[in-house]
Amino acid sequence: MNTNTHPLELAGKAPLVRFQNVTKRYGSLTVLDNLDLDINANEMVSIIGPSGSGKTTVLRMLMTLETIDEGVIYVGGEPLTHMVQGDKLVRANEKHLRKVRGNVGMCFQHFHLFPHMTALENCIEAPIHVLGMKRAEAEERALDLLDMVGLADKKDEHPSRLSGGQQQRVAIARALAMRPKVMLLDEVTSALDPEVIGEVLNVIRKLNDEHDLTMLMVTHQMGFAKEISDRVCFFSEGKIAEQGTSEQIFGDPQNLRTQQFLNAVLDAG
Amino acid sequence: MQEYFEYLQQYGPRFVDGTLVTIQQTVIAGILAIAISIVLGLMKLSTNKIMRWPAIAYIEFFRGTSLLVQLYWIFYVLPLFGVTLEKFTAGFLAVGLNLGAYGAELVRGSIQSVARGQYEAALALNMSPYKRMVRIIFPQALLIMLPPWGNLLIELLKGTALVSLISVTDLMFEAKQINGSTFLSAESFGTALIIYYLMARLVVSPSMRSFEKFWARKMGRFDTHV
Amino acid sequence: MFDWKWEYSVEILPRLLSATVNTLLAAGFGYLIALIVGLAFALLQRTGVRPITFVVREIVEFIRSTPLIVQIFFIFYVGPQFGIRLSPWTSGMIAIGLHYASYLSEVYRAGLDNVPKGQWEACKALNMGPVQIYFRIIIPQAIPPSLPGMGNYLISIFKDTPMLSVIGVAELMHAATTIGSETYRYVEPYTLVGLIFLAISLPTALALRQLEARVRRKMGMNR
Repeated sequence: MNTNTHPLELAGKAPLVRFQNVTKRYGSLTVLDNLDLDINANEMVSIIGPSGSGKTTVLRMLMTLETIDEGVIYVGGEPLTHMVQGDKLVRANEKHLRKVRGNVGMCFQHFHLFPHMTALENCIEAPIHVLGMKRAEAEERALDLLDMVGLADKKDEHPSRLSGGQQQRVAIARALAMRPKVMLLDEVTSALDPEVIGEVLNVIRKLNDEHDLTMLMVTHQMGFAKEISDRVCFFSEGKIAEQGTSEQIFGDPQNLRTQQFLNAVLDAG
Repeated sequence: MQEYFEYLQQYGPRFVDGTLVTIQQTVIAGILAIAISIVLGLMKLSTNKIMRWPAIAYIEFFRGTSLLVQLYWIFYVLPLFGVTLEKFTAGFLAVGLNLGAYGAELVRGSIQSVARGQYEAALALNMSPYKRMVRIIFPQALLIMLPPWGNLLIELLKGTALVSLISVTDLMFEAKQINGSTFLSAESFGTALIIYYLMARLVVSPSMRSFEKFWARKMGRFDTHV
Repeated sequence: MFDWKWEYSVEILPRLLSATVNTLLAAGFGYLIALIVGLAFALLQRTGVRPITFVVREIVEFIRSTPLIVQIFFIFYVGPQFGIRLSPWTSGMIAIGLHYASYLSEVYRAGLDNVPKGQWEACKALNMGPVQIYFRIIIPQAIPPSLPGMGNYLISIFKDTPMLSVIGVAELMHAATTIGSETYRYVEPYTLVGLIFLAISLPTALALRQLEARVRRKMGMNR
């Protein structure tokens, strides 16, 4: 069932992220079923598919928000969900997770900005308290990032004063401030009014064009996914039903379910 | 009415003395209760059984028995186990320990009410559990718990009246003494009731509301929908 | 426990248990009074007649904000000052009844306020009278969310009955103090009192939580 065509597979180079035989269950429900997935450095990978297919779970497990049931996830060659003990792999403890989690950053559908802090404070909080950065340095970096997302003038505003699109852009800046190797974007435009979706997509476009960032994006924005992705994975029932380049998946889907899904999505406009 | 003014002139100072003791009891018991609430509330939220079970036991015990029984026990029974406390200490200790149990549930509930997304965002930024709680979760939980804490503090104030029963010379004690010598019960207990009411309505409630407003502003909530 | 006298405990237990019955009766009656007077307080505040609402509101606030023990003393001693002699039991019941009526009136008010406005409008459209509206439509819907509060206050009343011992009501605490002063041994009586309280209040709290769930299901209001 695994169409593992890797159009960008660089000969001999290990993938930045590797899901190896990953299974995740909630009670009797299997959400991810023996998943194998590789993400290479600087790749922009979109994950599409119907709800309940396990798309968001992939991101959440990579961010260590969910625990793994079977299999191993590797980031940068090192195990994320497990740790090396002697010559065996055992489940990672909190200490190990804290060490490796810093390689991954995530933006959420509902942004989850800290309401009691300004945009600037949101972006300097983790660099200061997790990376131990000095305040001046953290502020400088945060201002650069806010500028990049087009919100330098809103640095002293609280989230309650910002529109959804603005909040999501601050959330992106906040995540980038930690210099993650992999950025996860979980349906970051699904909760936004149509007129502000564009500003967020522009930021993502800019990130992809101007920065060396590996991104994994779950999205319902098919047009955007088609335009920007190096690779598209179609998920169905906890497995990758089909993956390939944008042209392959959107232009000429081979799998029946992929075809059905795309037809339904396109019908809905 | 004229007689009441004369009564107040004569006994006013004693009422004031009693009120001062009541205020002391309330403040000390309050500090104790707040400290216990935070510690136990957090303990009850722990994933570790060794943390959780003692907290649960404490809370169920102090909420399941009455303050008066606890007070008597601390003052009359504890000495037989070698712990003899002065009545003033026994007083605020009982009240503080008792209300700490209720406060713990309040703290726990408020922390759990903070949106899960906040916890996940902080985790995604790799913040340590300590920093997460102190800088992100607890400040938001505090905003949620302030209104019910206002009610709890009034319960605390009312609870201190019981310490008069172990002869702590608080407001209630003075009222009883004055009643005993004058037989003017309406005036004696009535005045005490009025003073308690004034303390609750004019001191505790407004103070809490100002603090709520202050904290809401600090949390960036400029709509004073507090 | 060092120096715990088992024979003594067994000896005094019957007296304590029979006093417990008094305690339960006191709590029960007090609660009944509170339930009814509380409803009156709540409904009076909804009449829309400003003076009545204001006066009742102030009374409720006053009672809620002042200690029950002081109210008990007030009612017990004030009577004789004006020629009326109230027995300890009666004064106790009045004091507890009024005190908890004011708490319960707040619970009722919240419950009533939370019934959606649409219900009132539907009743008006069906030309129902106020008594019918309140007792057949509104109050039944106000009950399930109010149950936790009402249940908690039942347990609170039970725990507050020891206050009645100070005006001589022969309930559990009073019996324990009497026994203690007879033999100069307070450890066993007071400890047993504590245990009896726990033995009654904890299962009651559990049962209440189950009752609450059952009423919710029965009324089809599954949140």
